Amino acid sequence: MRLINRRPGGLGVFASAAIPFALALMLYVVASSIRLAENPDDKLLPDLSTIGAAIERVAFEPDRRTGDFIFWTDTGASLTRLALGVCLAALLGLAVGVPNGLVPWFGAFWSPAIRALSMIPPLAILPILFIVFGVGELAKVMLILLGTAPFLMRDIEQRVRELPREQLIKAQTLDATSWQVALRVVFPQVLPRLIDGVRLSLGSAWLFLIAAEAIASTDGLGYRIFLVRRYLAMDVILPYVAWITFLAFLFDFGLRRLNRRCFPWYGA
Amino acid sequence: MIEINNVWKRYLDKTVLEKVSLNVEKNEFVTIVGASGCGKTTFLRMLLGEVEQCEGTIRIDGEPLIPEPGVDRGVVFQRYSVFPHLTVLENVMLGLELSDSRWLGRTFGRRREQNVQRAREMLERVSLERTSDNYPSELSGGMQQRLALAQTLVKAPRILLLDEPFGALDPGYRSDMHALLLDLFQELDLTVFMITHDITEGFSLGSRLLVFDKPRVDPHNPDLYGATITFDLPVGHHRRLDSIVDNMNVKPNQA
Repeated sequence: MRLINRRPGGLGVFASAAIPFALALMLYVVASSIRLAENPDDKLLPDLSTIGAAIERVAFEPDRRTGDFIFWTDTGASLTRLALGVCLAALLGLAVGVPNGLVPWFGAFWSPAIRALSMIPPLAILPILFIVFGVGELAKVMLILLGTAPFLMRDIEQRVRELPREQLIKAQTLDATSWQVALRVVFPQVLPRLIDGVRLSLGSAWLFLIAAEAIASTDGLGYRIFLVRRYLAMDVILPYVAWITFLAFLFDFGLRRLNRRCFPWYGA
Repeated sequence: MIEINNVWKRYLDKTVLEKVSLNVEKNEFVTIVGASGCGKTTFLRMLLGEVEQCEGTIRIDGEPLIPEPGVDRGVVFQRYSVFPHLTVLENVMLGLELSDSRWLGRTFGRRREQNVQRAREMLERVSLERTSDNYPSELSGGMQQRLALAQTLVKAPRILLLDEPFGALDPGYRSDMHALLLDLFQELDLTVFMITHDITEGFSLGSRLLVFDKPRVDPHNPDLYGATITFDLPVGHHRRLDSIVDNMNVKPNQA
């Protein structure tokens, strides 16, 4: 049988997906024990029990100074910022993208400006955001918003333009006004595409979140990583990174499921 | 009554249609054949209001045609005629709901029940009542076209425009669709324009056959002259295809 026709079966799928993770973990354990054998005070690759102790300290014991469980307050603070930024960006993406793609005059007016706006590297204007909005929550949310909204606006505009022209004509022969075309033909068909767009932009949203927290913050996952970096506390950094990765995976998975459940016609 | 008087359509370096004049009475079933790229679809899109002519006039019952699709002219395209995000029932209800509720485009309560009822009757008419909760992607090509017909006809348009509606269907299935279309045509008091690439369909289905072709061709610049109606034949399924072909000296493969 040709290689291209061989497919992994039930257990094979699971095993082949798990093997790279297991290998990485093994490699880490071996490398860590080699380094620790040479120098028991090595902080670069702490062994798993040290990491476990660090997790217990940050997640399950109140902080000595503030009394908070910092792992959870960090997670809460970061997710609030991320959710606010991404949800606002999604709303803006719809509110601008749909009329841009559907109404020629609207698009003629706004499309070029948004294309220019999307070329600005968001991190380059981070100082401006701090100056204008202060170093509080607003600047961080604004960075995520400015970083992801232009992409979503352009993506939605493109999706609207991709709708078959026949559909828009047909709706008009069924007595639809421009508003009704937007509301009943375009909007519902663009929603699952918006969710796909949000999935794609979550990666950069995390980037902007952590960058903003690293520079000016008093809590958050990104703030903590950059704070403990000063003490080379890899035993805290590594679980934080793993946690962020897990959260990102969870959101992606959840949004994909949401799309499949709410829009059974999508992708069919 | 539709009056088309000396209509031309030119694009920058290309003439698509020239000198098209035609009068069509109410309740005529006009089939349109012609080689690809000879303006059949442009002609239909003009009647639809999607494309505006450069010269000439199109009048419907004496009124100049507004260059915008409207509820008096229904359309079924070869593809993309139904809305993939709505179920079969919702697809048919859409037209009713759009007229009933100008802001929400949705009806509720008693109004909605009436619309559901009307949509179901229409679906029964095209034998789709059993699939009313399915999405179009779950239907076969022929069922999707029947749905597109039902969706259009529930608005009771005066003029029905069909752009190769059965072009993508199996030949066996097509004759069923013909019977359905003829029934609906007689029942609903329609005027039909239908483009087809199947000349047998063109001869047998309609009451009048238009052939679009280019009367003049410049071999060095094929886009210089446009197409027009070169044959305008009264036909009907009671007439035999061969005798008409003989009489008019048209070969089927010419179209």
